[in-house]
Amino acid sequence: MAERERRTTPPYGGVFVGRTQVMNADDLRRATTRIAHEVIERNRGLEGVVVIGLQTGGVWLADRLAEAIERIEGTAVPLGRLDVAFYRDDIGLRPVLPEAVTDIGASLDAATVVLVDDVLFTGRTIRAALNALNDYGRPRSVQLAVMVDRGHRELPIRPDYVGKNLPTRRDEVVDVSPDGVVLGEMVRR
Amino acid sequence: MSRPHLLSIDDLGASGIRELLALTDNMAEVNRRPIPKVPALRGRTVVSLFYEDSTRTRLSFETAAKRLSADTMTFNVGSSSVNKGESLRDTVETICAMGVDAIVVRHRSAGVPWRVAAWGDASVVNAGDGWHEHPTQALLDCYTVATELDRPFEGLRIVIVGDIKHSRVARSNVLAFSALGAEVTLVAPGTLLPPSLEGWPVTVDHDLESVLATTDVVYVLRMQLERMEQALVPSLREYTAGYGLTPARAALLPAHALIMHPGPMNRGVEIAPEVADSPRSVITTQVRNGVAVRMAVLYWLLGSGVALGDEGER
Repeated sequence: MAERERRTTPPYGGVFVGRTQVMNADDLRRATTRIAHEVIERNRGLEGVVVIGLQTGGVWLADRLAEAIERIEGTAVPLGRLDVAFYRDDIGLRPVLPEAVTDIGASLDAATVVLVDDVLFTGRTIRAALNALNDYGRPRSVQLAVMVDRGHRELPIRPDYVGKNLPTRRDEVVDVSPDGVVLGEMVRR
Repeated sequence: MSRPHLLSIDDLGASGIRELLALTDNMAEVNRRPIPKVPALRGRTVVSLFYEDSTRTRLSFETAAKRLSADTMTFNVGSSSVNKGESLRDTVETICAMGVDAIVVRHRSAGVPWRVAAWGDASVVNAGDGWHEHPTQALLDCYTVATELDRPFEGLRIVIVGDIKHSRVARSNVLAFSALGAEVTLVAPGTLLPPSLEGWPVTVDHDLESVLATTDVVYVLRMQLERMEQALVPSLREYTAGYGLTPARAALLPAHALIMHPGPMNRGVEIAPEVADSPRSVITTQVRNGVAVRMAVLYWLLGSGVALGDEGER
C-alpha cells in the first residue's frame, strides 16, 4: 500500500533544528550492545524473549538490538513491530493515524516481551503499548528498552534498559537516528 | 472543525482513496488478531439508519463500529415512528438530539445522505442512495483488487458487466477505479445503460466475450429481477445467454484475472454457480475486506482528526 507521510506526528508542520549532538553513531552502537548484554543477563538467556519495536522510531532500534543479541548468544530472537495509534489516549484531541502496520507473528502468551522505543518522554505511548500487547496474549513479563530517557513522565512508567539519561526541557526535541542522538528544537514553518 | 462526511467517492479524490486503503491495511491487521478489537472509538456512537433492505452492508458497518469499540444503534424503519408518518428530517433531528457521532444512511432516493448531513450535527456515511452512489462498496472493491492482484492499479483493465443503469455500485466503482488509474469498460445491453455516459471515464462494449481475454478484473453486477417486469430485458435466460458470466466465458479470462460481485448473487443468472465458487472468485474476500474498509472510514471520520483527501495535505 501507499506510503503515508508523517503528517500526524507532532509537532505538525515543524522543522527540526539540531543544537547539541549528545551521542554519535559509535555511542549508539555501544549502548545497543550493552543493552543486549543486559537483556540476556537479566533474563538468564533468551528463553521466551520476544523483541518488539514501537512504530516507527523503535523499529530500527529493535532490529539492531536483535542483531546484537544474536551476535552475542548465537541464537535469533523473535522480532515484531507494534503501532499503538488505536490505543492512544489523545484520539480526538490531536491528529492520530497509524504510521505502519503492526506485525506480531506469534502469540505472546507466557513470553517475555522487550519493548523498544527511541525516546521515553511522558510514558503515554508505553501505556498504549501495554494495552495493545494484551490483545496478542498474556506475556509473562514486559520490559522496556529505550535509547534516551528524557524525563517528564506523566504516568508511573520506568524503563528497564536505558541507552542514555538525558535531562531536557519540555519544549526541546530529541532526535534519534542511526547517525546518533541530537538535542534541538522544532521550528514552525 | 466541522464534522467530516463520506458521501461520494468524488469527495475523496485519488489521494483520499489511497489514504483510506493504507489505513485499511491497519484495520485488516486488527481483524487477524486473536482479539479483533481496539479501543480507538470508545464512547462514540454510530447509528445505522437504513430505509432499504440490507444485510451485509448494515452488519458490516455494525461489526466495523464494534471492533473499534464504538457503541452502535440500529434504526429499524419497520418498527419506527416512520410508520406514524414521521418525516426523514424529524427522524434525523431526533437521532442527533440523542448525541450520536455518526449516521450510516441508506435510502432509496438519491441525495438523501447530503440532506441528512445538512440537517444533523453527526458525520454521515453514505451506505447507498438510490441509483446514485455506494462509496464504501467501491473502497472495499479497490482494496480487494489492490491486495488480491499483485500489480499496480495504473493501467489495469476492469470490465463491469450488467445493469449499469440502476446500479449505485457501478457509479461509485467507475469513479474509484478510474481515479486510481484503471481503464474501465462497461458491458451491458443498451436498455441497462444510463441514457447518457457523457463525462464518464469509461468505454462501452456490448460483446462480453470479445473483451474478456484482455481483462484483469471482471466485476459482475446483480441482475435485479424486477428489471424483467419493466421489459428492459426479454427474459432472464436471454440475459444470461448474452451477459451472464458462464464457465465458458470465464475460461476466456487470463489466468491472473479476478472475478468480483457486490452480492447478493443471483446464481445462474448473472454468474454461474461454478464460476462464483471458482478459485479466481474473490467474492467472499470482498465481504471480509468490507469490514476492514468500514473500520478505516469510521476511524478516519470519528477518530483521526485528519481531513480526508486533498484538503488534508499539510
